[in-house]
Amino acid sequence: MGVNSRRRLVTATAAAVTVLAAATGCGGDDAADDGTITLTVDVFGQFGYEELYKQYEADNPGIKIVERGTGTNLDEYSPKLTQWLAAGKGAGDIVAIEEGLLVEYKANPQNFVNLLEHGAAELEGNFMQWKWDQALTADGSQLIGLGTDVGGMAMCYRTDLFEAAGLPTDRDEVSALWPTWDDYITVGEQFAAKNTGASFLDAATNTFNTIVLQTAGAADGYHYYDLENNLVVDTNPAVKQAWDITMDIIDSNLSGKYGAWSDEWVSAFKQAKFATIACPAWMTGVIEGNAGPEAAGKWDIAQVPGDGGNWGGSHLAVPAQSEHPEEAAKLLKFLTSPEGHIAAFEAKGPLPSSPQALEDPAITESTNAYFSDAPIGQIFGEGALSLKPVYMGPKNQAVRTEVENAVRTVELGQRTAETGWADAVNNAKTAAEK
Amino acid sequence: MWLARLDTKASPYLYIAPFFVIFAIFGAYPLGYTFWVSLHDWDLLAADHPFVGFDNYSKLLGDGDFWNSVLNTLGIFVISTVPQLLLALWLAHLLNRQLRARTSFRMSILIPNITSTAAVAIVFGQLFSREFGMINWALDLIGIDAIDWRNNKIGSWVAISTMVDWRWTGYNALIFLAAMQSIPKDLYESAAIDGANPVRQFWSITVPMLRPTIIFCVIISTIGGLQLFTEPLLFNSGPNPIRGGPLRESQTMTMYMFENAFAPHFNFGYGSAIAWMLFALIVVISLINVLVIRRLGNSTRKEG
Repeated sequence: MGVNSRRRLVTATAAAVTVLAAATGCGGDDAADDGTITLTVDVFGQFGYEELYKQYEADNPGIKIVERGTGTNLDEYSPKLTQWLAAGKGAGDIVAIEEGLLVEYKANPQNFVNLLEHGAAELEGNFMQWKWDQALTADGSQLIGLGTDVGGMAMCYRTDLFEAAGLPTDRDEVSALWPTWDDYITVGEQFAAKNTGASFLDAATNTFNTIVLQTAGAADGYHYYDLENNLVVDTNPAVKQAWDITMDIIDSNLSGKYGAWSDEWVSAFKQAKFATIACPAWMTGVIEGNAGPEAAGKWDIAQVPGDGGNWGGSHLAVPAQSEHPEEAAKLLKFLTSPEGHIAAFEAKGPLPSSPQALEDPAITESTNAYFSDAPIGQIFGEGALSLKPVYMGPKNQAVRTEVENAVRTVELGQRTAETGWADAVNNAKTAAEK
Repeated sequence: MWLARLDTKASPYLYIAPFFVIFAIFGAYPLGYTFWVSLHDWDLLAADHPFVGFDNYSKLLGDGDFWNSVLNTLGIFVISTVPQLLLALWLAHLLNRQLRARTSFRMSILIPNITSTAAVAIVFGQLFSREFGMINWALDLIGIDAIDWRNNKIGSWVAISTMVDWRWTGYNALIFLAAMQSIPKDLYESAAIDGANPVRQFWSITVPMLRPTIIFCVIISTIGGLQLFTEPLLFNSGPNPIRGGPLRESQTMTMYMFENAFAPHFNFGYGSAIAWMLFALIVVISLINVLVIRRLGNSTRKEG
């Protein structure tokens, strides 16, 4: 219930804010009579910049910062951003872009300010190399955005359900249970044998996403598209390998089959209906939000089976339509500085993409009370520095949707593993051509 | 003198002009522009939009997912509209009698219509939930296995139709009731004297006299039913609810249009082509409905 109603409320509010902003003249001329410049920042989810804005406004008189869209779902945010860019009007002076969509926006770089022309070149060392490269156009002449967070991986689990099933609850012992995904299935079978009334995992699609980003990262560094942007869903062994592991998990009947992000999925969190969930750094906030305060201390974080990998993460960009590109670029550089990364992590938990920030004690020594005081800085941070990124091709989002969807049809028993795979390949090809 | 003549000739046009001016700006222009867009390869973000003629339309005709959305739309439309209008007619007939507190009964059937679609979809979405839903719980009590309403084609059609019916039956009933009240009472009196029972009176007087109203309700329901969007979208929560389930079980045409025009495809030309196909379909179905209902009315009258 919560998700949809909240989502609508957020849209309504966002729409109202947009109208208000237009009505009060922000659309026309942001510079007020006293010379104050208003910079609008468009985000989704939780970026955790509130304190940074205050600090920046204090240090830079004449700048006022307005943030829109906190808490909005990415599903809802990205069509809006696209419409603003297409219309040449409406976008903020700084916009957040998720990595899966960045490739599509990068194909039309004329919509964005080239940050290299605003002194970003010297900041390269502040970011993991791959994060920096993600926002660089193919010819290297334009930099669209600077990195915010990355999605280092882990496995979150419920200690109360593990205890009920007679499994260890200590995070190191739990990590030791599943070095590989096969081990994970074995543990799951032990769990299922105890009939706790809960499933072992939430949904096969979440797990599949984790696995495909691991297998691709461990192999050639790409999954659905190769580095020349050819669609290789059917020929890339990394994708098939991830598919097969996921099919084993589905066959073992351990999934609760709650469609990820659905209302049922949210209810299942509340009612403790599953014991584990693949969790990139940003998922910890989602778990806390869905399971609610009454589950505080019942969750913990262990290592993810298999290799490390990255799932998710964003960049900040300045749309070409901004009327104050100079000032916006300056604020953007401040928000994505190592100090900015640390402040955001402390506020809302997105894992920095800046090596300097990741090595800072503020992050390496941080813990999360909700997850039984798990040392999140250490768990996610260690993997983040060594993680192997996965290249995303032009229609990555549409293709990923098709493949994930095929996983779901098999999980629900609507398709066999073979016909599901055929669907995944065919539908991905159709989607890539649209 | 000429001014007075101009006044009598031109004034009526000036009086009706506001509607047509507003329609031209907000109705005709977007319609024409959508058609123009549908003739292009229109990536929402790209700077160039090359002209491709009717390519989008020919692609659409060979697009299985598109035809699936047409089938879903028609399926949901039939399951929801037919019982809805019959029920509305029957309700109006009942409310047309001498009842105590008649006005409050008449007003209360409109209550579902003033609730927000989103609220209805969320509440019904919970009722039809696979694991935690009340409907499956009730089915379980009488020994029927849980139905996965969202991932079953007919199941999802039924669930969505229920929401539509719940919201619109009262609305149509009130329109029918208003029309029923304009039927002269003496028709019924003379029919009664001739020995016609209430059922015969209903079919031979009420229904034929209501024919224009029924046609109106059918057309309004057709337009609304074929544009169904919010209910199925909110019913399918989760990632990409715009697909209407893993196998597109309940994806309607407007949802398919949205999926193509916006995330994840951003193909505005293709989306516009779907919009025009939807427009054409609504015109065709409305015409068929009108013809069928005319025929029905005539035959009843002849037999009567």
